[in-house]
Amino acid sequence: MDQDITITIIDRANVSHEVLAPTDMNMNLMEMVRSYELVEEGTIGICGGMAMCASCQCYILSEHELPEKSDDEDAMLAEAFHVQENSRLGCQIHIQPSMEGLIVKLAPQE
Amino acid sequence: MITTDILIIGAGPTGLFAVFEAGLLKLKCHLIDALPQPGGQCSEIYPKKPIYDIPAFPEVLAGDLVDNLMKQIAPFQPGFTLGERAETIEKQEDGSFIVTTNKGTQHKAPIVAIAGGLGSFEPRKPPIPNIAHFEDAGVEYIIRDPEIYRDKDVVIAGGGDSALDWSIFLANVASSVTLVHRRNEFRGALDSVEKVQELKNAGAIKLITPAEVSEILGTDRVEGVVVKKEGETLELQCDHFIPLFGLAPKLGPIADWGLEIEKNAIKVNNSLDYQTNIPGVYAIGDVNTYPGKLKLILCGFHEATLMCQSAYQRIFPDKRYVMKYTTVGGVEGFDGSKKEAPKAVIKTID
Repeated sequence: MDQDITITIIDRANVSHEVLAPTDMNMNLMEMVRSYELVEEGTIGICGGMAMCASCQCYILSEHELPEKSDDEDAMLAEAFHVQENSRLGCQIHIQPSMEGLIVKLAPQE
Repeated sequence: MITTDILIIGAGPTGLFAVFEAGLLKLKCHLIDALPQPGGQCSEIYPKKPIYDIPAFPEVLAGDLVDNLMKQIAPFQPGFTLGERAETIEKQEDGSFIVTTNKGTQHKAPIVAIAGGLGSFEPRKPPIPNIAHFEDAGVEYIIRDPEIYRDKDVVIAGGGDSALDWSIFLANVASSVTLVHRRNEFRGALDSVEKVQELKNAGAIKLITPAEVSEILGTDRVEGVVVKKEGETLELQCDHFIPLFGLAPKLGPIADWGLEIEKNAIKVNNSLDYQTNIPGVYAIGDVNTYPGKLKLILCGFHEATLMCQSAYQRIFPDKRYVMKYTTVGGVEGFDGSKKEAPKAVIKTID
């Protein structure tokens, strides 16, 4: 399982989960949360991962360098609620080996 | 009272395709949708985005998929109640159901098929602590009648097309229009952005960016808002506050219909016919859940097909029927049209 990395996801109830994330399946952070059922189904990834809702908004707590925001993600975050400096849309962050040790916290449900 | 055989709640791809499968069984359908146009998420969220997993369509735009479905079901003359949300359901003594919308339109059918996707699209409400207190008392998430803003002071929040378009429109109606947005940039159509810029330069619209409305002032009605701009707080007097942050789907009143809900979806019997815990009420497409459920359009099509067969048997318990292939039986529309495979031509050789 050397293609897996470990990331920490803090759920909406402030519970921390250390999870194994595959780097070879084009999975994104939103999908990781769904696959481990860390929040109730139907409350995350509502648009399916098109950066067209903000249900997967999360705060990046570690110092990892992540891929830059696309215009779509940036525009959605401009309309989202509870946005902070370190806000990203989980659906736009695809799991890569360089993200080993990543720590993210899920934003509150809108 | 609108009467039909299958009342479909939700006019997304699954609901639309159910009309076709029902039509093959000579069952009439009527659809209710909260959005003003058919197509559900495909039309509302991503009409210009491609879908790659519709069988036999290597690539199809979501909007085109909806257009094609509308063409495919046209011979079966479905009825539509659009821009209204299905609110209540009542079971009648004869086993049929009456579904009433938020505007009071009543529909009666022996079968109800909920194809509601993720729910009905409702305005996104900003997390301002006291906002609920002022709903319908100066806070409006949707502009229904622009005349109520005539000669009033209006604050609009948002950075998308609707915030820009309404700011432009109300600049000529309201006494003052202030547009508050978290960014300095707006992502609306270019000409809307330019028009707002012009109106701002002319003093017809006041822009406050980067800023957010953090509180609403007033006792019974909106009297003003508190705006936070780069660490500073300012108070604005106004009669109306209109947050325009687009729409998001919510399961809504369906959640109170006595249906078994799990994971924000309606539990159905998938080994049989996608019927819910209420006999005669089915749930198909993204709105349902069962072991192994996948929220895919193609799965919705399958579920719609099986639902219609079950609905037919429920309406006509004594009639014998087996599924017919359209290539064999053709498609006979309720409009008198008939499509069928051309007959083979037999020629003799002299």
